[in-house]
Amino acid sequence: MKNSKPTATSYFTRDRAWHPKAYAPGYKSSVLRAPTRPLIAIGNSLSETTGPAFGDDIIGPLDNDLTLNFARPGESAIGERILVHGRVLDERGQPVPKVLLEFWQANAGGRYRHKKDGYLAPLDPNFGGCGRTLTGDDGSYAFRTIRPGPYPWPNGPNDWRPAHIHISVFGQAFAQRLITQMYFEGDPLIPICPIVRTIADPAAIEQLTARLDMNSSAPMDALAYRFDIILRGSRSTLFENRPEGN
Amino acid sequence: MTNTPNAPLYPFRESPSQTAGPYVHIGLTPNACGIIGVYGEDLGTAMVTDATKGERITLELRVFDGGGAALKDVLVEIWQADAQGLYNSPAERRGNADLTFTGWGRRAADLETGVLRFETIKPGPIPFPDGRMQAPHINVWIVARGINLGLNTRIYFRDEAEANADDPVLARIEHSDRIETLLAKGAGGNYSLDIHLQGPRETVFFDI
Ligand SMILES: [Fe+3]
Repeated sequence: MKNSKPTATSYFTRDRAWHPKAYAPGYKSSVLRAPTRPLIAIGNSLSETTGPAFGDDIIGPLDNDLTLNFARPGESAIGERILVHGRVLDERGQPVPKVLLEFWQANAGGRYRHKKDGYLAPLDPNFGGCGRTLTGDDGSYAFRTIRPGPYPWPNGPNDWRPAHIHISVFGQAFAQRLITQMYFEGDPLIPICPIVRTIADPAAIEQLTARLDMNSSAPMDALAYRFDIILRGSRSTLFENRPEGN
Repeated sequence: MTNTPNAPLYPFRESPSQTAGPYVHIGLTPNACGIIGVYGEDLGTAMVTDATKGERITLELRVFDGGGAALKDVLVEIWQADAQGLYNSPAERRGNADLTFTGWGRRAADLETGVLRFETIKPGPIPFPDGRMQAPHINVWIVARGINLGLNTRIYFRDEAEANADDPVLARIEHSDRIETLLAKGAGGNYSLDIHLQGPRETVFFDI
């Protein structure tokens, strides 16, 4: 497969002070799962600057509609109907087209459709909790879902997750692979969540907080939230002559 | 704008990572966790077809925490070259990779045993940016509850001693006894490797 974009030779160094630290004792699960020795910096070779690509052929018509993709015909998931939309850009501000986004979340009551989730809130028979989409040529994406409920979790004696949607992102390179979570503007649980607090910089938490976007809402149907995702920027060789142009 | 002192050259910063959490399976391997019918099949399940060139191998991984327990909720993705050393990726410009080989695999650990099994091929050698050759290796990305930012490591093959000795990435590992933590062992095409997140056998993780 060929495209006309210059080939990345390497990606911007990850700012590991902006990301959460591996060892974050407020989040107890990290204590035994955080490597303790320094990471070894190896830069990027083709092993890291290449990555899998996915085509429209894998995306079904309801993949980006969590209100319907697990629902019985004629029914839909229970909850506050929302649209989530935004763009996937890199650190240069360039759109990242044709990347796969995968989403998962609890239902409106805060319960996951998962063997390991025993929370009291009931399952919604019409809600599976997963969805996916590809970004457009301008890096844009959108999906429809219900707003997930907050839920309690065993960490401290009374810890609750704010409402959140888990998002997995492929960039154009294995070096850009990322999983993050989207929170909702105005949720009072955000600043007291031990997982949110693995992030040190309040501006970084802000970056994971989707904003209410009344202009994109669908009247009498769904509120909209805007959430942009930024992937690592790339270096390409500025002076090398390439047959395809660079 | 960029000529203004103190204005950031690159105003966009990478979205901070958050843990994949214990329910990562819902999003990434829904069929395997019982959410049937949303997608036809889970992505990354089949890497090879009958037509794929190269030596078929199985790779059996486990990931251990600092208490010595195998992670049962871990999810691993691997990314590798084909038998000729080419990647099935739009960013591969050196030639045409074997299109019957995806190069990318995804598995959730078995919830009872923590084992992750990949059926793939042995990759070919890949050049390093300075022209030296890297030994056959597989890139690994690990996410789970308690892992705040996906961990990157590599798998090399113990039976490629000569290529490993010249590998420019392995050469970066100052404490050479730690190279052992990256070497899959096996015979007859069946390889296995235990990845340790902590402890005396802590695996080498990379900042890529
Ligand atoms: Fe969650």
